[in-house]
Amino acid sequence: MEWETVIGLEIHAQLATNSKIFSGSSTAYGAEPNTQANLVDLGMPGVLPVLNKKAVELAIRLGLAIDADIAPRSIFARKNYFYPDSPKGYQISQYELPIVANGHMDIQLENGDTKRIGITRAHLEEDAGKSLHEDFQGQTGIDLNRAGTPLLEIVSEPDMRNAKEAVAYMKKLHALVRYLGVGDGNMQEGSFRCDANVSVRRPGAEFGTRAEIKNLNSFKFIERAINHEVERQIDIIESGGKVVQETRLYDPDKDETRSMRSKEDANDYRYFPDPDLLPVEITPADIEAVRATLPELPDAKKQRFMVEYALSAYDASLLTLSREVADYFEAVAQGCGDAKLAANWVNGEVSKTLADNEMEIAAIPVSSAALVELLKRIQDNTVSNKIARDVFAAMWNGEGSADAIIDKKGLKQITDTSAIEAVIDEIIAKNPGQVAEYRSGKDKLFGFFVGQAMKASKGKANPNTLNDILKQKLEG
Amino acid sequence: MSQADSIHTLSLKGIHDGVHTGKFSVMEATDAYLDRIERFNPELNAYITVTRESAQAQAVDIDNRIRKGELTGAMAGVPYALKDLFCSEGVRTTCASNMLSNFISPYDAHVAEKLKAAGGVLLGKNNMDEFAMGSSNETSAFGNVRNPWDTTKVPGGSSGGGAATIAARLAPMTLGTDTGGSIRQPASFCNITGIKPTYGRISRYGMIAFASSLDQCGPMAPSAEDCAITLNVIAGLDSRDSTSVDLPVPDYTANLNDSIEGLRIGLPKEFFAEGLDVQVGAVIDRAIKQFQAKGAIIKEVTLPNSHLAVPVYYVVAPAECSSNLSRFDGVRFGHRCENPKDLLDLYERSRWEGFGDEVKRRIMIGTYALSAGYYDAYYLKAQQVRRLIKQDFEAAFKDVDVIMGPSCPTTAFGIGAKKDDPIAMYLEDLYTIPVSLAGLPGMTFPIGFATDGLPVGMQLVGNYFEEARMLNIAHQYQQWTDWHTQVPAQFA
Amino acid sequence: MAISEAEVKKVARLARLAVPDERLAAYTQNLCNILDLVDQLSAVDTTGVEPMAHPLEMMQRLREDVVTETDHREKYQAVAPEVEDGLYLVPKVIE
Repeated sequence: MEWETVIGLEIHAQLATNSKIFSGSSTAYGAEPNTQANLVDLGMPGVLPVLNKKAVELAIRLGLAIDADIAPRSIFARKNYFYPDSPKGYQISQYELPIVANGHMDIQLENGDTKRIGITRAHLEEDAGKSLHEDFQGQTGIDLNRAGTPLLEIVSEPDMRNAKEAVAYMKKLHALVRYLGVGDGNMQEGSFRCDANVSVRRPGAEFGTRAEIKNLNSFKFIERAINHEVERQIDIIESGGKVVQETRLYDPDKDETRSMRSKEDANDYRYFPDPDLLPVEITPADIEAVRATLPELPDAKKQRFMVEYALSAYDASLLTLSREVADYFEAVAQGCGDAKLAANWVNGEVSKTLADNEMEIAAIPVSSAALVELLKRIQDNTVSNKIARDVFAAMWNGEGSADAIIDKKGLKQITDTSAIEAVIDEIIAKNPGQVAEYRSGKDKLFGFFVGQAMKASKGKANPNTLNDILKQKLEG
Repeated sequence: MSQADSIHTLSLKGIHDGVHTGKFSVMEATDAYLDRIERFNPELNAYITVTRESAQAQAVDIDNRIRKGELTGAMAGVPYALKDLFCSEGVRTTCASNMLSNFISPYDAHVAEKLKAAGGVLLGKNNMDEFAMGSSNETSAFGNVRNPWDTTKVPGGSSGGGAATIAARLAPMTLGTDTGGSIRQPASFCNITGIKPTYGRISRYGMIAFASSLDQCGPMAPSAEDCAITLNVIAGLDSRDSTSVDLPVPDYTANLNDSIEGLRIGLPKEFFAEGLDVQVGAVIDRAIKQFQAKGAIIKEVTLPNSHLAVPVYYVVAPAECSSNLSRFDGVRFGHRCENPKDLLDLYERSRWEGFGDEVKRRIMIGTYALSAGYYDAYYLKAQQVRRLIKQDFEAAFKDVDVIMGPSCPTTAFGIGAKKDDPIAMYLEDLYTIPVSLAGLPGMTFPIGFATDGLPVGMQLVGNYFEEARMLNIAHQYQQWTDWHTQVPAQFA
Repeated sequence: MAISEAEVKKVARLARLAVPDERLAAYTQNLCNILDLVDQLSAVDTTGVEPMAHPLEMMQRLREDVVTETDHREKYQAVAPEVEDGLYLVPKVIE
């Protein structure tokens, strides 16, 4: 019998603030342990939280982008539990009246269809510190630098039906968060983390008992972890067992999930409104002020690219995955005046080289203006597309501008017909056998002559001119 | 010598004028109090920590700065004490708990910072009920405080050490905190003046939290004028406490001499019903008649839900405290048990050993009230009734300017008398708790002695942010009477 | 409303308090008495009354996103029971 998977995701996006959500400590990553943990972050006796305005603005920003309701009055609550990385013995979070509710996002399925995923809520909360399990005489070390870092927890409806949909949703949300400047989305540094609620059921039946899988911090892991968890649950049910509601931790090294013992009795969080924090009021004017600073959203940008630049849906969606890529593309397209050529290059050589170097476009060594210069040399037949790729590689390596490299390496295309004729004459003279065969009807040999001629011209012969002359001479 | 012997009889203004006119130095004033503390504290146990050395160092510095004209304010050169739940940098801050018996605070509370900057001299830290939970100062891990008027009696609580300190003139002023009556009740038991301002009037930053939606700091001193001078220094907005209120701070001394003629005083009939000691009632009646004689208009008002205040309080305050005290876990500061066998053991034993019984009882009640299945019946219900109590006051203030009544149903009770009966202890605060729940300002000022020879205080409740008016009323009473200047003979 | 010894044990665990067995009965009795006092509330009609979490009907004041803090690790860790290499130490945490 068939099983249907039901998945809901809880994504924690770290917000791009300079200071923490409730204190003036820096949120910069990678400092020496506990050097960015002030009195408030350490939960010292007598200290009080004061909410960072920027965190509220960033939450509104995301809320608007997912077409959600922004709460005019929002409440912070304490989630009570003891854990060494939670210095106050409670986490300040939101429970009733979260800042963002009832949003949605459309994802692209593999078959090309669009599916709408509901976003139940997004609430502000503080991050915990880190437990370091290296051995300190059999003890665990606690670093509270991360404690108090602002997070937006974005909770989806259980609308996803397989791991691929979950990945598509997570990728799209990741791109959106970065697009809006809400967060840097750096998954290695834990700035974008995902927990998945997974259950299985017979199609049409009630939801099954779910397990929450924690620690899904890469797109690769989430797919594997969900698939593994689905199999585990089906195995349990089919062998007559019952799935237990629990928290499980994904271990990427072993590719398995295991039950988290430490969370077992922490299930009564005793949420109540934090008496240190009054309700947050968000006026229509506050919302409009944030809306005015919103960039063009990815879906709108994609539509515009398709219309304005006559690009395919495929090209446009690739180009709008990140705002930086889209901006780069637009600069190149406008500079060279040929959107298709620009799109081919940005989605092709540029993104391939970035991927090979594990680099983000923000760090690209070839500026959009520099690329425009190169593309112009293709357009005016100075170089072929193939030679241009070599020039691009040299530009990437810092060897100079497109023109300088073409000049220095002598890569200028030969368009002078007499020079090309001379080369072809020499090849015809050298290969009488092949010429005879061609003339007797072996058309396929044409490629052989092109290759020889290109080789002799070191690839610089203009391919169209070369083809024309070669054809004339061989027919000759 | 004769001058030093009488410094402790001076008001804050008297001390200020003395050091600024060169009658005596800040050092002499400081030493006068330090000597009194040394002499009387062993009997009263009103201080947990005496900061003799740092006080003397501060005195030298402040003397210098006053001479140079750098410090002129009303607190410049004035010694003071702090309840031991205000964090003071470099000074042990215990909350009268074994949990913090070795906690040297790495920072100053907002009010400590303010008093320091104003040129005050910190004499030491006052004893209190552990984490401010108690009404008799018997829950202190540093031993109970004795009432200077009768050392077999309690001084009240939780700011009992502060009240005894002022009553015996071991400091001219101290700061207490009031969550359900912790300034007003001990002020009544010890014949001193104390005010709990409107919630949010003074920053709570650095005040170790008991119940965050109720806690408020306030001055305790012999007179209303002393309290007004102190309030001028410590009231106002603080960016580190987002619940501190952004309203202008008036000069609390400006209207002290206004007439009270035509003042409409409301007497809540529920505060004069069964439960109020007859002798205490008689003293209250006499004081009310004095106000009437000076032109005040007396009206009866009703606070029909006030009998529910104690039950509401014993849900709300423990719920908040159960969460506020979770940070005491033996990891970053405070008591840590010996050889914990695992993390759970570290938490459970450190906390069991560090906290006293009353604190643990309240943590457990609060934990229970917030736990799954009970939240609505206890916490949510209590919050709803809390609003009803607030609405009672709002209705009453439509007809009257201020409310008066007893601060407590009895005079100071015997040490040990209610120690094993938490409920009887809780009911001590039945007149002060409603005011705290509403967040209104409340104060106590001395109005005489009952037939048992023990002091009685009047509770005065104002509308929100009406502290100046309240201080004016108490000050006027103190112009007609001298109860507030009376000191027990052996501490005179 | 009565609370059982078993419930008191559960609450003590949630609150991370190691109540010794010999103290359990006394604690339970005290907590029962407090709950009896508190149970007066159940008789009050609070239909339609908005819960009051805070005495002031104010909205929250926010702060600007500015880093105002510098490193004071040494000072803050001077009061810590056990630290090493700048880390707070606790018995081994098992996840």
